[in-house]
Amino acid sequence: MELLINQILAGIATGAIYACMALAVVMIYQAIDHLNFAQGEMAMFSTFISWQLMQWGLDYWLAFLLTLALSFAGGIAIERLLFKPLAKAPILTNVAGFIALFAIINSVAGLIWDFTIKQYPTPFGSHPFLGSQLISTHQAGMIGVTVLLLIGLYFFFQFTRVGLAMRAAASLPESARLVGINTSWMIALGWGMAAAIGAIAGMMIAPVVFLEPNMMGGVLIYGFAAAVLGGLSSPFGAVIGGFLVGIFENLAGTYIPGVGNELKLPIALALIITVLVVKPAGLFGRAIVKRV
Amino acid sequence: MSAVQDAVTKNPTIDVVSENALTFGVDSQDVAIGIPAIDAVPKRAMTLGYGSSLVMLALLLLVPLFVKNFIIFQLTMLLIYGLAVLALNILTGGSGQFSLGQSAFYAVGAYTSAILMEHAGVNYALTLPVAGIICFGFGFLFGQPALRLSGVYLALATFALATAMPQLLKLNFFEPWTGGVQGLVVTKPDAPFGLPMSQDMWLYYFTLVVTVAIYIFSVNLLKSRSGRAFMAIRDNEIAASAMGIDVALYKTLAFGVSAGITGVAGGLGAIAVQFVAPDSYTITLAIQLFLGMVVGGVGWLPGSIVGSAFIIFVPNIAESVSKGLSGAVFGVLLFLVIFLMPHGARQVAMICQQLVGKLRKN
Repeated sequence: MELLINQILAGIATGAIYACMALAVVMIYQAIDHLNFAQGEMAMFSTFISWQLMQWGLDYWLAFLLTLALSFAGGIAIERLLFKPLAKAPILTNVAGFIALFAIINSVAGLIWDFTIKQYPTPFGSHPFLGSQLISTHQAGMIGVTVLLLIGLYFFFQFTRVGLAMRAAASLPESARLVGINTSWMIALGWGMAAAIGAIAGMMIAPVVFLEPNMMGGVLIYGFAAAVLGGLSSPFGAVIGGFLVGIFENLAGTYIPGVGNELKLPIALALIITVLVVKPAGLFGRAIVKRV
Repeated sequence: MSAVQDAVTKNPTIDVVSENALTFGVDSQDVAIGIPAIDAVPKRAMTLGYGSSLVMLALLLLVPLFVKNFIIFQLTMLLIYGLAVLALNILTGGSGQFSLGQSAFYAVGAYTSAILMEHAGVNYALTLPVAGIICFGFGFLFGQPALRLSGVYLALATFALATAMPQLLKLNFFEPWTGGVQGLVVTKPDAPFGLPMSQDMWLYYFTLVVTVAIYIFSVNLLKSRSGRAFMAIRDNEIAASAMGIDVALYKTLAFGVSAGITGVAGGLGAIAVQFVAPDSYTITLAIQLFLGMVVGGVGWLPGSIVGSAFIIFVPNIAESVSKGLSGAVFGVLLFLVIFLMPHGARQVAMICQQLVGKLRKN
């Protein structure tokens, strides 16, 4: 029983990472209607920028805020320069564009900061949290940040005019245009916000997985899985999905014999697919019904 | 009913014919003007005319006579990846289902051939149909749970298959047959009947024969009743089922056929590379095949070979431009291609066709 509780706690701790990433994934899915494969690389690049700023002597929180602003601008720039021209292209072509972006960012980051592993500071310290050996203060802080972010997003989407406009543009672009919403800019805004949230996720994750150009590879897969599990239309679902994936993964690794580290991911994915087969819109997603 | 509806409504990823309806972020201005659309699949849109096909075939027959062995090997790989891209094209372009798991089918095909050749001593040519049939069954079975999923959800499911496959191949349980992490070495066949050609050249022509046969099969498949059923499902699942098409059967069938062809490609790949190992068949391979399909033009079968050329040669070109930035160069080239021709090689072919048509009128 003690082992079970410990494993669940450890799962929640890793789950916080996935939840952070899943939130960014859902954000961009809301805005542009596909999964952005380059999301993890964008987050990695942002994290490197913040690291560089700190190397130049900036304070953690100053670097944090500056990175957010830069990432937001960067996300918008990527959308304007690279993906707006592709807006009329087939969707699969857009996906190919994401893969291209992935390759470019990864390679450029490798060239600027090379592939050695770097330490990344945490603002929360890494002592045991409330006497528990399994959750450190950093991981608790990370969970706190994720929850704050979620609440912030909820208020943004529910109670601000821009949030409402973004939701309108995502759900019914034609009608949104008719009431005077600039849907094209709403998409750009979505990219910017997703990049900024990705940056937060990256800066929270980096102390755990260490900073290097490939740091997001594994995390992004789990982030996608978490987002899909929770339902792509629900930020809340994404966060819950993230924690669930973390717990699944740990329990599968501990209790199913012969699984070990290598099969953890396939098992977690298989479980998610089982959930999806039963509930195709994800746990918290709304099933969208369209007229035929 | 609700399951079918779900499947249709949440299928944002894939569409070929009605792609104009599915693009988003169209400015209001453009709505008024209307988008210059590419024709919605004219009669022979998925294939080439006889004339161009014969020219292409002649080229493929003659080129190896004039180049070095290494290039012949690369051309063999071109055909093999072409087959794998073609298989994905039947699944995505034909039936509208998306798969990131093609590398898993490729791996199963490769391992089937390798194990039969090395452990059972079966002739290499005979291993290919076996690989095809086993993969067909595998794909057909995988298609069953995939029926409930579409769009990104299907992408995730197939993705899971692709990430699991290398790990499954490494399991100790299978090690006596698969050779575990180390993989298996496959012997390259000699040319039969004492033909005076190198192993590479023989294998090239052997691959060419298989490729042409499968290409003709695929073209006919898509022209047949089943092919029309695939396309009807792709364009509108509910309408298709209302017309009496057994949606579940044809969707799983498309998965099966696609997996079967990929399996044959995998078997050929194992023979050509002379080696199978779990880490040759990771998700990277599946992504490459996907890029090949997009570059070649989704739903246009001859484009498969163009796409295959892209995924084989462009990384080499990128590497030669800059070692450190090869990923970035590859990405930029990919962006260029999709900016200039968002519909892939199909678009180029259509423009050429129109030009030829105009010239004839004059």
